[in-house]
Amino acid sequence: MIPTAALRRSPRGAVPRGDRRALWGWLFVSPATLLLGLFLLLPILMALWVSLLEWDGQSNPFTGGRADFVGLDNYRELFVEDGLDRTLFATSLRNNAYFVLIYVPVATALSLGLALIVNQRLIRGRGLLRTTFYFPSVTSAIAVSTVFLFLFQGSGAVNSLLSWVGIEGPNWFADARGVVWVVLGAIGLVDPDRPSGFLAEQGFLGLTWFEWLSGPSVAMCTLLFLLIWTSSGTFMLIFLAALQNVPQELEEAAALDGVSRRELLWHVILPALRPVLFLVLTLALIGSWQVFDMVYIMGQGAPGNTTLTPAYLSYQSGFGEADYGQGAAIAFVLFGIILVCTGVQRWLLRERNARFGRTR
Amino acid sequence: MTTTAPTRRELRAEERSRRGSPAVGRFPAPWRVLGYTLVGCLALLYILPFVLQAVTSFKTDPDAAANPLALWPSPPSTAAYERLFGLSEAGDSVPFMRWLGNSALVTVLVTTGRVVFDSLAGYALARLPFRGRRVLFVLLLAVMAVPNVVLLIPRFLVLNTFGMFDTYAGMVIPLLVDAAGIFIMKQFFESIPREVEEAARIDGAGVLRTYWSVVLPMARPALITLTIMSFQGSWNEFTHFLVSTQSSQYETLTTGLARFVAGGLGSGTQYPLKLAAAALATIPVAVLFFAFQRHFVRGANAGSVKE
Repeated sequence: MIPTAALRRSPRGAVPRGDRRALWGWLFVSPATLLLGLFLLLPILMALWVSLLEWDGQSNPFTGGRADFVGLDNYRELFVEDGLDRTLFATSLRNNAYFVLIYVPVATALSLGLALIVNQRLIRGRGLLRTTFYFPSVTSAIAVSTVFLFLFQGSGAVNSLLSWVGIEGPNWFADARGVVWVVLGAIGLVDPDRPSGFLAEQGFLGLTWFEWLSGPSVAMCTLLFLLIWTSSGTFMLIFLAALQNVPQELEEAAALDGVSRRELLWHVILPALRPVLFLVLTLALIGSWQVFDMVYIMGQGAPGNTTLTPAYLSYQSGFGEADYGQGAAIAFVLFGIILVCTGVQRWLLRERNARFGRTR
Repeated sequence: MTTTAPTRRELRAEERSRRGSPAVGRFPAPWRVLGYTLVGCLALLYILPFVLQAVTSFKTDPDAAANPLALWPSPPSTAAYERLFGLSEAGDSVPFMRWLGNSALVTVLVTTGRVVFDSLAGYALARLPFRGRRVLFVLLLAVMAVPNVVLLIPRFLVLNTFGMFDTYAGMVIPLLVDAAGIFIMKQFFESIPREVEEAARIDGAGVLRTYWSVVLPMARPALITLTIMSFQGSWNEFTHFLVSTQSSQYETLTTGLARFVAGGLGSGTQYPLKLAAAALATIPVAVLFFAFQRHFVRGANAGSVKE
């Protein structure tokens, strides 16, 4: 026992000579290292190079071929140069920003609600409920998107349901109107068809303020419904695991103090869930920049580019328009956005963990 | 929070605990009915789409278009399934059996690869002291933060350069290892008591022997979780196959179905066929889910590990 104990405490890197475990260690990690290196790190480096090129996908861009080095032009076109590229990119950012703004709070609140329901000791059929809420999360995004295409057709199930309560549903997938202007138009505040004044004339990154402030389009709402529906189950499970870690004694002590159910939720359960709340919020934030499969099936940008997201725009620039440099540049901007979100997450959770580590 | 409380409240709580009910009492009856109704409606929202999908797949095209909400097909028809399984005409526009075969092949290979390579790497990172282990682990954490959507063009570039674009190798090999799986296995191996391995080592067992006959059998629950996650992941994988292939002979259930339904080309038509294909694509994962739900739950929580 003594030699291994000594080894365990030895400073890092100082592996005793003749320890065959070091050799085996390298042998064990080499397939994974090789594959991750070749198909994760190398592609990123290659794409970084390609994002500096004007390349149409035909030749080999690494041996010269027919690819022009254009420096940062691909990035400049996204942010600085007035043109179609910048307008499209700004549109995709706007769409995704609204996605974040609605999806993150709604999905978090809904999944917390579901977890609280499923965690009720008094409710019957809890296991069944958990299965029900979680099942959409495990199915293929392509398959459930197909189902939603059917449900939200112009004369589909959702509009039939709406007609029962006297609402004439929109033609979901063809409706490019922003919901903000639809709602404001419905109550007579603005005329959505004729934007006026400052909002229509001024703008930022090639989009007018009228376009920036439009809210998600009706078509984008179907994507929001779908993503909330498929991801709330996963988040519910994360909340549920945390809820089951809330010490029983805490609840009992609170009950002895005679607190009401609402006070218990606000002052005992939710504070105990805070670190997990941060986790879910940031997971949702990161996830909402990564939606691709559903956009591919349900929108592909249409109608009027209102379901265009940076992820889809990157794909479309590369594979649709053979402008791989531009596509790679968009991918890196998106990567940057997601990395910032991930950084925020790790920073937030580290602080929480340090504080929670001692009390647990 | 205060620890003193009015006597009346204490009495109430005491009375509750004497009745043996949980810490906080039941809701009053009207609230309970309302609550159950709300929960029932909520559950319906999660079930109804699948029910409608299943029912519609047995409808005829005109019936599906005219009565999208009807919960019973009239007349019932298995035409969609017959077409998918090539029992009737025009199977060529929807080569479902080929999609199914490709999906199955890719899933089996990827799952096998991930189980083998992820657990090997996870064990080495958890237990085998070698130079550079820490660096590799930090790299692994970094790699885990790389989202799939930014890899679309990069993956295409590398496959194109290696001449693997539009081949089975290009579809499978890049997916054979996943960083999250390695991370999960490492976490698990670290939870196994060291003494077990040390005892085996002192008995003269080599690393490979210890790994194979001592550590792996103990890791069964983690291996099952990893298998299920990998199966689900590769069966549902879409983006990688989208950028690594272009010929229809390599279409899987996801890419094939996507080509069939996306882009609004035939929108509004052939919904029984589309929904039947989607339903069949869902069934294997659904079966796995109902059989091993515990492991799905563990996988979902493992995906959110914070470090």
